[in-house]
Amino acid sequence: MPVKAANDDPEKARRFRDAALPYLDDAYTLARYLLRDATDAEDAVQECYLRALKHFDTYRGPAMKPWLFAILRNVCRAEFARRASSPTAPIDDVPEEAEQTPLWHDAPQTPEAQMLHQWDSTTIHRLVAALAEPFRETFVLREIHDLSYREIADVVGAPVGTVMSRLARARAMLRSAWMAEEELPK
Amino acid sequence: MTCDESEILLHALIDDELDAGNTRAVEEHVAGCPRCAAQLQSYRAMSKMIAGADLRYRAPLGLRQRIEASLPQPTQAPSRRAVLRGFAMGSAVSAIAATGLVAIVLRSDDEARIQSEVVSAHLRSLQAGHLTDVISTDQHTVKPWFNGKLDVAPPVVDLTAQGFTLIGGRLDYVDARPIGAIVYRRRAHVINLFVAQTASTERRAAKIETLQGFNIRRWSERGLNYWAVSDLAADELAEFGEKFEAAMRSGTTG
Repeated sequence: MPVKAANDDPEKARRFRDAALPYLDDAYTLARYLLRDATDAEDAVQECYLRALKHFDTYRGPAMKPWLFAILRNVCRAEFARRASSPTAPIDDVPEEAEQTPLWHDAPQTPEAQMLHQWDSTTIHRLVAALAEPFRETFVLREIHDLSYREIADVVGAPVGTVMSRLARARAMLRSAWMAEEELPK
Repeated sequence: MTCDESEILLHALIDDELDAGNTRAVEEHVAGCPRCAAQLQSYRAMSKMIAGADLRYRAPLGLRQRIEASLPQPTQAPSRRAVLRGFAMGSAVSAIAATGLVAIVLRSDDEARIQSEVVSAHLRSLQAGHLTDVISTDQHTVKPWFNGKLDVAPPVVDLTAQGFTLIGGRLDYVDARPIGAIVYRRRAHVINLFVAQTASTERRAAKIETLQGFNIRRWSERGLNYWAVSDLAADELAEFGEKFEAAMRSGTTG
């Protein structure tokens, strides 16, 4: 069967619509956090759904959400590559060795027992969005999308151990930023 | 366990990702280490505040429309081709009629169609505001709600103590007939348990299948067909089904 005919199959389109469209808000949310730009996020999600429909015939699981996210992440990485090649756009991917630094180098003076201030959604959102990659990605998949460690590992293509250390680091960084926010002049 | 190890593993503890042995190891370490205990408490508080914050985006309507438009449009009536396929099928069926094979073929065909409808019903239920018609964690509220709406009384079992929270019930349509859906939650995962009457009273052992990335646990007992649908992992959905069947046998339905 020609490829075009396969993609024009209304029955397949119906199944795809039922399976994938309920995750549109999830996909858009992830794209916003990964790309930190509304227009780029829209483009990435649209491209993600096009690719997902193309590969839907071969989809046998895992769950739909991580499957879509893995595709979306690839689209977003292509966008990173494009930005990196454009001289004006900054890239915020941390160098490899940043991931190797032991956790306790982050905030040696952080008081352990200090109560955390209850920030509003806008502030929390800003602090999360300010996290560096790849920690932001792992953090968002866990805390906002409620993926299991195994699912996150599949989406980002890293071992579960890496997911765990990235998550620990993401939370350590967020907690430092969370406390530093209180020191800022209002 | 050292503090360095605990610093990583306490996050897995917060996320409920540790097995029993590691859970105990981390808890033992934390019990004897004020610094790690303070950290655990602090991270727990932070996770709770993050869970309570609104950090999600809604996809713009324009994006939704562009994606919809890029999909092949569904046909309302069965297409000419599908009708022709039906005829072809018909003659194939008459060719092998009365061999007994037909009934089996059609039955499993039916089964697959109903299963796909059950998954669609599950997906519909996940859209905002569609999950429950009656919201209650009390089985004695959910069960009577179905009275008069269905020709069977679906059993409603409270499995909260077993880790599956009853959140309500809903009337749904599968196979063009009303069907009862009992809704449970495990962490952020929704489980729809669809219950329908069947003519056969024979018991059918549970079978787990995957369709469109959802796990379906299907079984029959005492004249009722059950489909539990969720994005939960297969082993957790199996656990749900086993707990439900065990509760049914011990007669703790509402």
